[in-house]
Amino acid sequence: MIQAQSLTKFYGEHPAIRDLTFEARKGEILGFLGPNGAGKTTTMRILTGYMPPSRGRAQVAGFDVVEDSMEVRRRVGYLPETVPLYPELSVVEYLSFIGSLRRVASLDDRIDAVLEEVHLVERADSYIGNLSKGLRQRVGLAQALLHQPEVLILDEPTIGLDPAQIIEVRKLIQGLRSDRTVLLSTHILSEAQQICDRVVIINKGAIVAEDTPAHLQSQLAGAERLVVRVADGDAELRRRLQAVQGVVGVQDGPSGEIEISSSPGRDVRALVARTVVEAGHDLLELRAVGVSLEEIFLQLTADETAGSDGG
Amino acid sequence: MRNVGIIAGRELRHYFISPMAYVLAILLYLILGGLFAINVYFGLQTGQVNPDGRLVIGPMVTILIFTTPIVTMRLLAEEQSTGTIELLLTAPVRDWELVVGKWLGALGFMVALMAVTWVYPLILHRMTNPGIDQGVLVSAYLGLVLMVAAILAIGTLVSAFFRSTLAAAGATLAVILLLWIIGGFASGAGGANELARYLSFVSHFYDNFYRGVVDLQDVVYYVSLTVLTLFLASQVVESRRWR
Repeated sequence: MIQAQSLTKFYGEHPAIRDLTFEARKGEILGFLGPNGAGKTTTMRILTGYMPPSRGRAQVAGFDVVEDSMEVRRRVGYLPETVPLYPELSVVEYLSFIGSLRRVASLDDRIDAVLEEVHLVERADSYIGNLSKGLRQRVGLAQALLHQPEVLILDEPTIGLDPAQIIEVRKLIQGLRSDRTVLLSTHILSEAQQICDRVVIINKGAIVAEDTPAHLQSQLAGAERLVVRVADGDAELRRRLQAVQGVVGVQDGPSGEIEISSSPGRDVRALVARTVVEAGHDLLELRAVGVSLEEIFLQLTADETAGSDGG
Repeated sequence: MRNVGIIAGRELRHYFISPMAYVLAILLYLILGGLFAINVYFGLQTGQVNPDGRLVIGPMVTILIFTTPIVTMRLLAEEQSTGTIELLLTAPVRDWELVVGKWLGALGFMVALMAVTWVYPLILHRMTNPGIDQGVLVSAYLGLVLMVAAILAIGTLVSAFFRSTLAAAGATLAVILLLWIIGGFASGAGGANELARYLSFVSHFYDNFYRGVVDLQDVVYYVSLTVLTLFLASQVVESRRWR
């Protein structure tokens, strides 16, 4: 549904994105994850036909974003990061305006349906200027959905919302997937983890990783970690734990616990428990700690920063 | 073309719900009404009301030159500062359709504003015998509409360069004043003076339309100035693509 090949965009001399190649399939929610300024918005603006790439090509719903820009625009629903609203219009007036520009058939019925979809029926006649940020975000989503687009591109759809609103918008997005392709940018890792089928991590304009959230986690996790809490742990115990087969590191945790790293794929829990008991200590707690996507993200983007600084 | 109509319609509705537009209308009608009333009052005192329908058009030109930047300042500047331009230009709308739609909406508002002032010549016509010269009146209003259309196009172009509406208004006023006074420099003959006279957009109005003369050359001047300026405005909007 979305195919980007070697997309590159320069702002003056500065490359905002470099050689981005990725794909989003039909019915998939693809997360575009990266820190602020990574090039997410630039990529989305290219895919929506707002501006062309300096190099590379992109196809959306089978149409080239430069050569068939109008066809692409007809098939894409777009919610920019700053929700583009006219505060002096009511929700219905706003949707009517967008709907007529997009030549939506049976516009009144579509407006009713989309208001239902984003739970805004009661606020249909409210002026947009009087709505809360969360409600405005929903109005923005409603305009993106109005023409029943095959592809939905959402730039940071939960930014600036309160936790309850965030949960609501995420639910809404998950409910949209059925027959649509959704490309969603975010700098919140848990968001990508929760709602995306696949994640593309982008930093400084380049892709640094691409996979399902679960795969990314397991492949990039590297060493696995255990947290062990014992009564009266001493240096001798730490030496013994260090000697356990498969253990690659023993460290003191921030609140008195012992953190043990093991080789990838090695389950050392039973051996560690036995070692603690055999050394005459009471084992109070033993748990495996997964490496979070957050850590992977920081690791990847830090590597990239170091790499580009060096180059 | 349909998009132009939709955008113009929204723009026009915006003026009719914006307080700024009403302030402008009240200001215009107060000044013109006052001038008209004074003229008629003194006319009645001397027993001779001047049957000149242009009584209000002369002052209106000056007022409009100073107030039109307020009408155009937000046209594209506001869309750019609020990000709604991204909404419009990721819908199947071409850059020029947006620009022309915006300009046309503003023109619709200004024409409505000016149309109301026709009431003064009508009153004058009833008060005098044999009435006023309708030909001069029609020609003056035609010239006024053409001139305002050109000023609005200039305002639209300037607004495309800015995100701040205030900056857009200031810059538009500066450009309009320059085009207004440029004719004043053309005192003698010669190529440069001729050019200055040709560029001065009030001279095309006062020298002909205002006197009841509709010269094709003046019509061409205002229409080509409008078209050229709107074309440039579209180019400025499109420049986001290669910036």
